[in-house]
Amino acid sequence: MTDHQRKLLTVITEASLEHALCERIEQLGAHGYTITDARGKGSRGKRDAGWGASANIRLEVVCSEACAHTIAEALRKEYSDNYALILFMSDVEVLRPEKF
Amino acid sequence: MIAPDPVVWFFLLGVVAGLLRAELRLPPAIYEFLVTILLLAIGIKGGIELARQPLMELMLPIVAVAAMGIVLPLLAFPVLRLGRLARADAASIAAHYGSVSVGTYAVAAAWLYGRGIPYESWMPVLLVILEIPAIIIGVLLARGLDRHIRWREMGREVLLGKSIVLLFGGLLIGWAVGEEGIEPLKPLFLDLFPGVLALFMLEMGLIAASQLGALRRSGLFLLAFGTVMPLFSGLFGALLGVQLGLSLGGTVLLATLAASASYIAVPAAMRLSVPEANPTLSLTAALGITFPFNILIGIPIYMGIAQWLQT
Repeated sequence: MTDHQRKLLTVITEASLEHALCERIEQLGAHGYTITDARGKGSRGKRDAGWGASANIRLEVVCSEACAHTIAEALRKEYSDNYALILFMSDVEVLRPEKF
Repeated sequence: MIAPDPVVWFFLLGVVAGLLRAELRLPPAIYEFLVTILLLAIGIKGGIELARQPLMELMLPIVAVAAMGIVLPLLAFPVLRLGRLARADAASIAAHYGSVSVGTYAVAAAWLYGRGIPYESWMPVLLVILEIPAIIIGVLLARGLDRHIRWREMGREVLLGKSIVLLFGGLLIGWAVGEEGIEPLKPLFLDLFPGVLALFMLEMGLIAASQLGALRRSGLFLLAFGTVMPLFSGLFGALLGVQLGLSLGGTVLLATLAASASYIAVPAAMRLSVPEANPTLSLTAALGITFPFNILIGIPIYMGIAQWLQT
């Protein structure tokens, strides 16, 4: 069932980037994404989502391995210098492969 | 010299609770809701008055105040550079100080109301106008004219930011429906306003307290800038108010607008347009220092300046 294998790319970043990221991710070939509000702590301090400037989002994309790498590389290049940005990838098995 | 206004006490409660790390936190959605009501209410109040005012008479104050929004960040920028801040950081902070804080405006308006001092009711128009130019100046200061600026995205950020849309929308609604038309909405937007402002100030206290930790790292220069800059721009605003022939209350409000530093529209715009600027610096200055300074000490001082200038 190897053709059911996809990558789950998770991006945790600043909520102010949401609009720009969604556009970029679609440009790079993702068919969809899921966004949830998030909070936590990292190298850029505590992000407690008390108000706009300290709000984080968790953006998840399920796509092919190649696509996940393209997106991850692009986001790393464009945003990791100046924004709080965490990227990680995991293997997932999808039930309806035609959607991704 | 703590003003006895109840909203200021709510702010102090928030600061103390935040510093003591109390289990107190308004849900973000509530904070957004409070901001929405404040912005709309201020806009609507201004709009109702605007309906009674010949628009042409407002052209001069509008142009003058827009010019002030350009001049203030240009004056702040070299001072910040002298404080050895990086160009992007200096530009971003300058933009924050050229723009306005709606919370500070609301407190000043409540302060005047509590003392029975009337002011030009169309002041919210100036509030909207003053939000915009500093953002553009800030980006130009950071980037220069020759570099590639994404004007389209910046335009969207500047003109379609929450505070501009709601303030301007409120103005239009108030202007379109007038005093009688707004009657059914009065309980929410006008009668509840002081209570909404009090809750908003409680949350602002919590946020300001969370910025104070960063103050220890950013040092004396920001502390000095965050208190001296509002005094200077407050004086600038008061002088302009007198030149424009505003009433005493109007002069105090214009001084307060000039002295206040943005923490809603500008941080969001700067984060996208000048990403290399460190948001902690500008927010510490605007929220941790200048906002408390203005509502605790600044407003009475601007009142004093305005009285002194008008005699």
